[in-house]
Amino acid sequence: MNGRRTPAVAPTPRAKAADVSQVLDTPPPPAAPAAPAEDPADLAARYGLTVSGARPTLPAYVRELWQRRHFITAFATAKLTSQYSQAKLGQVWQVMTPLLNAAVYYFIFGVLMDTKRNVPDYVPFLVTGVFVWTFTQSSVMAGTRAISGSLGLVRALHFPRASLPVSYCLQQLQQLLFSMCALIVILLCFGVPPTLSWVLVIPALTLQFTFNTGLALIMARMGAKTPDIAQLMPFLLRTWMYVSGVMWSIDKMLSGKDLPHIVLVVLQANPAAIYIDLMRFALIDSFRADQLPPHVWVWATGWALLSGVGGFIYFWKAEETYGRG
Amino acid sequence: MADTYGERVPTVIVDDVDIVYRVNGTGAGRGTATAALGRILGGRRKAEARAGVRKVHAVRKVSFTAYKGEAIGLIGTNGSGKSTLLKAVAGLLPTENGRIFTHGQPSLLGVNAALMNDLTGERNVHLGGLAMGMSRDEVRERYDDIVGFSGINEKGDFITLPMRTYSSGMAARLRFSIAAAKDHDVLLIDEALATGDRSFQKRSETRIRELRKEAGTVFLVSHNNKSIRDTCDRVLWLERGELRMDGPTDQVLKEYEAFTNPNAGKAGTTQRPKQTKAAVPA
Repeated sequence: MNGRRTPAVAPTPRAKAADVSQVLDTPPPPAAPAAPAEDPADLAARYGLTVSGARPTLPAYVRELWQRRHFITAFATAKLTSQYSQAKLGQVWQVMTPLLNAAVYYFIFGVLMDTKRNVPDYVPFLVTGVFVWTFTQSSVMAGTRAISGSLGLVRALHFPRASLPVSYCLQQLQQLLFSMCALIVILLCFGVPPTLSWVLVIPALTLQFTFNTGLALIMARMGAKTPDIAQLMPFLLRTWMYVSGVMWSIDKMLSGKDLPHIVLVVLQANPAAIYIDLMRFALIDSFRADQLPPHVWVWATGWALLSGVGGFIYFWKAEETYGRG
Repeated sequence: MADTYGERVPTVIVDDVDIVYRVNGTGAGRGTATAALGRILGGRRKAEARAGVRKVHAVRKVSFTAYKGEAIGLIGTNGSGKSTLLKAVAGLLPTENGRIFTHGQPSLLGVNAALMNDLTGERNVHLGGLAMGMSRDEVRERYDDIVGFSGINEKGDFITLPMRTYSSGMAARLRFSIAAAKDHDVLLIDEALATGDRSFQKRSETRIRELRKEAGTVFLVSHNNKSIRDTCDRVLWLERGELRMDGPTDQVLKEYEAFTNPNAGKAGTTQRPKQTKAAVPA
């Protein structure tokens, strides 16, 4: 890689200098009067002691996490309420922030770029997209910082570390529920009638929440090891947003274009696009089933399971290492 | 230590433990972007050797066994690895080498990190209790005790105000009260005795003694030799991450005081504990 040869294991002079605790003279060998003659591991086994900070088995880990469910919800609610507690308007910002976001996107994509031409009910279409996308985006961002940003907590108390990413995702879900209230008002204002299909919001959100949590768990482990990822994520997420059809209809954009089949499949299998389209299908009457990609519920469930289960196992695999660094 | 006759039941076994911190971006190496890129592209070992990551060897080859009913003090000058060792016993820091066996889950007395300044004291009591692993009912049950013990409401209804409005003493009192509300198997206390005013300190010392009775084993990190002498019957002395002495409180404290205050003995030269006997009243 570079010309300087550094021995891999043997301590270099510099490594030694960096070793802070060696600065003073070496103390005499420690006196250990009460040392047991027996091997410590045998002694520990005889009295049923367990290795401190060892990773529990997967079922035990799930049980521990379940026991902490009240902490997880309390932590999420606490984070949410403390977020705007210094603002004069307080909790009003819970609804204001997503609305202002939607307004900005409407101004750029609806008015300036005139994307709305071929899309009926453009405002409900856009606002639904923005809210649902924001849910995934902020869950991923919060997940990335869940461990690396809470090192104090991780180093002070013992609890299953998965509580943190899960809690942050729960906070985002609560935030989304506020947004959904605003969304319903917008829908009614723009003349979208309430229908029975609105009930589909519940399974769609459940699946998306599972997907987000899994993703957040994966990002939490990566972010704990390499905090730099938090700097990179905004760019990746923005790219992801533009291919997910938040501001335009993927369906309409692609019709008439001669793209390879594989591109179409990839764009339609994109989990963010799937969850956004499901929500639009559930809420907006002019968004019809034929605009959805084929087997959309199967895809949505598959992504949720893959991410949720995979992410949880991936996070658990490094459980005992969180807190170092 | 002499009070435990018959079979001594170990609660914490520390077996040849090393703990190493890795600190990113301390700038011991070249802090430029190209150097950073080189670190990313190169292997981990190489990269660390190139000093973008500094290793701090905080605890070296420490071994001891703690038994049920013991109260063990941890002493040593600043940065000698006392708190680090305590965190490792609590299972909060991974060990580099060696193993730590414990009976049940040792708990560190402290909830500072779980509390949020923007929330009211009331909600922080709930959050802190849950963070320590208490159930919702337990927190509800002990809520009045916690608030009463902290004395936050003595000067008016402060518990319903956000914690950021508290004075530092009040916040410390509330934190200690929350932390001390739970019963522990193996209890680890990190200089918690020094919070609040004199009357609160008295109350917290009493509470610690209660906790000691309920807990199997207590570890106490403190720079206050008096509180170590009052609470502990065995003392571990750490210096530069190494276990320098392990024995009855009086004996170890005598050596330690001679070490930290060498002028009391022969002036000038650096004192080794083995060379300085007496000179300091116990």
